[in-house]
Amino acid sequence: MTPTLVGRIQTRWFLVLAVGVPWTAVVSLALPGASLGDVYAATFTAILLVAVLGVGWELIYHALQQFRWDKDWPTLLGLLTGINEGALIYLLLRAGVPIDVGPIDTTAFLVHFASVWTLVWLATNGPMRVVFIRWRFRGGRLI
Amino acid sequence: MSDEVAPPAATGESGPTAPRADLPEALIAGSAWSEPMLGAEGIPIVDSPFVTVGGGLGSLAMADVLRIAGVPASDIAVLTDIARPDESYRHVASNSQISDGERLRSDSGSVMDNIWAFPSYAIREAVSDRTPKPVWQSLTEPLLSEYFTPRSGQVYASVGREADRIGWEAMRVGGHVRMVRRRLGGGYFALLTPPAGSAPTRRVAYRARYVHVAVGYAGHKFLPDLQKYRDTYQDLRRVVHAYEQHGHVYEEAERRPVTVLVRGSGIVASRVLQRLIDDRDATGARTKIVQLFRNYVDGPQGERATFRRPGGNGFAFQAFNLPKAAWGGQVREQIAGLEGKERADLVDHLGGTSTVPRRAWRAQLARGSREGFYEQRVGRVSSVAPSVDGRSVVTTVALSDGSEETIEADFVIDAAGLEADLTEHRLMADLIEHSGVRTNQRGRLDVEPTFEVRGGRNEPGRLYASGSMALGGHYAAVDSFLGLQYAALRIADDLAAQGHCARIGVRRSIAQWLRWVRNRPA
Ligand SMILES: Cc1cc2nc3c(=O)[nH]c(=O)nc-3n(C[C@H](O)[C@H](O)[C@H](O)COP(=O)(O)OP(=O)(O)OC[C@H]3O[C@@H](n4cnc5c(N)ncnc54)[C@H](O)[C@@H]3O)c2cc1C
Repeated sequence: MTPTLVGRIQTRWFLVLAVGVPWTAVVSLALPGASLGDVYAATFTAILLVAVLGVGWELIYHALQQFRWDKDWPTLLGLLTGINEGALIYLLLRAGVPIDVGPIDTTAFLVHFASVWTLVWLATNGPMRVVFIRWRFRGGRLI
Repeated sequence: MSDEVAPPAATGESGPTAPRADLPEALIAGSAWSEPMLGAEGIPIVDSPFVTVGGGLGSLAMADVLRIAGVPASDIAVLTDIARPDESYRHVASNSQISDGERLRSDSGSVMDNIWAFPSYAIREAVSDRTPKPVWQSLTEPLLSEYFTPRSGQVYASVGREADRIGWEAMRVGGHVRMVRRRLGGGYFALLTPPAGSAPTRRVAYRARYVHVAVGYAGHKFLPDLQKYRDTYQDLRRVVHAYEQHGHVYEEAERRPVTVLVRGSGIVASRVLQRLIDDRDATGARTKIVQLFRNYVDGPQGERATFRRPGGNGFAFQAFNLPKAAWGGQVREQIAGLEGKERADLVDHLGGTSTVPRRAWRAQLARGSREGFYEQRVGRVSSVAPSVDGRSVVTTVALSDGSEETIEADFVIDAAGLEADLTEHRLMADLIEHSGVRTNQRGRLDVEPTFEVRGGRNEPGRLYASGSMALGGHYAAVDSFLGLQYAALRIADDLAAQGHCARIGVRRSIAQWLRWVRNRPA
């Protein structure tokens, strides 16, 4: 991938909406929790954080990318950055930030976050190019 | 020589001074032609809304995108002197020691037969070879492994399949294009000389609203001192160009111990070095190799940590001929935002001579230095002449420390990869002389970001160019697989804006991709 900063942010937001939201709606049905409402509160807050905090993360990734001669972002990093992002979101949710969503079930969080992250990552490594034929030439920019 | 047997431009013999044969003066001088002018000469006219001249990989990319955009094959004419779109590429690739099993210098996503690059070359190789290795490599590149690059054989086979899928044979018209001239009233005429005996007339004029030229290289150029040697001593055997056939060098090296001087330090030099050393290992050849560097890179280059290219042992290292983001990321945007000299300087800096830091190549050279069969020299050549006994070539080099040294070699391989000037190409020279098109800083066709040739418009017609002839523009990577595809997409978008075809949107893209997957006609 050879994203630009704007492209990174646009792609992230688009995929959270197009992949993250529907997947969360479905996978939450299978996750443990006091009630479906509680589960939804936790999982949707998590992906909201992926979208919002992601802007900050993208700034950092973009800065790191400047140290690469090819100005690319290796596929593997796209996957591994799920670790730092997931850890931060987990800690925030446990601390009741931005809202208190009750106790966080670690397994449920892991299943949800890892599956969303992997799906989004897979989408960027193929399907996005089929849906948006110019996307890869524009550094991930959609508009 | 009559123009009917004019060789393909790639041989570099069809320069502007080639005889114009028997074309009437009225046509040669007239910068715009009309139907009666052609009629008077008995030249039949064939209509095609869109003509692409060249028929190589650039034309394939163009026709492919247009077919995906819904243009029927009957509305596209590919005027070409080759039978299959990969033929010219295959030819230079095999001369420069890229055999079918060798890996190219473009990434897994520069998929010549699939504009979406999905599935990528790596995935397809994994499936066909039944091994996860290529996928693992492309997942971990370039951090844990080298960039995945496809084997040339895979590219050729898949290009053939795609050509068939889009109806290449139906679009292809064999022959050599002598000129593209403006048509009075709009659009263009492309004057084609079909192969002798294949058509009732000696020439055919293709009347087109849109013309795209992708004629590849004007030819290859020797380093000036080597050209002088060849001209002076008429020795075409010992001093050879890496892009031209030079198999006799390797054959002789197998028969007797020879010294080969390799000039240049880019990717072509690397491939030649690999071949020479592979042969030593495989056939027991006792070849001695001397490599002459003009600019010796002894470490990473660049003042700033954010602008520093790896290098060492003489070579500048980068995986591709430009930083990867020049194809579609921040480097593309950066270059597109500049003009004139500023742009040219940046592109020179990002491109320039470089090779791929392959572990296998570095190991070979390290071994060669250790065992004494590979040596490096740095300096400027002051003369090249035959030895006294006439059996070898003596290169005199002014070394970097001011002293002089002579290098005696049985063969000199020019691997500097210089390209001939645009004006060496007869069709290009004619365009510049008669059609008002302009050249850029780099001496190539000056093109808009849409790849329309500046100064070439003939309303409602448009003239487009991609590939080597369009270098020096807003898009530095235009002479590469992915660059040719990018150009094709931009051109198709420009055509769509004029109502010539559909703009490839989300629905069409997905639908066409599904057709590709099932290998159904576009
Ligand atoms: C040795 C080498 C290796 C390369 N490796 C890679 C790589 O690994 N990855 C990558 O992305 N890019 C690579 N490239 C760059 C580029 O992708 C190829 O050169 C590609 O073939 C360019 O396509 P083209 O259509 O411009 O030219 P070509 O494929 O050469 O096609 C042009 C055709 O036009 C014909 N023609 C010219 N004049 C006329 C005329 N007047 N009438 C009719 N026909 C005419 C020519 O005969 C030729 O067949 C490489 C280039 C070289 C030289």
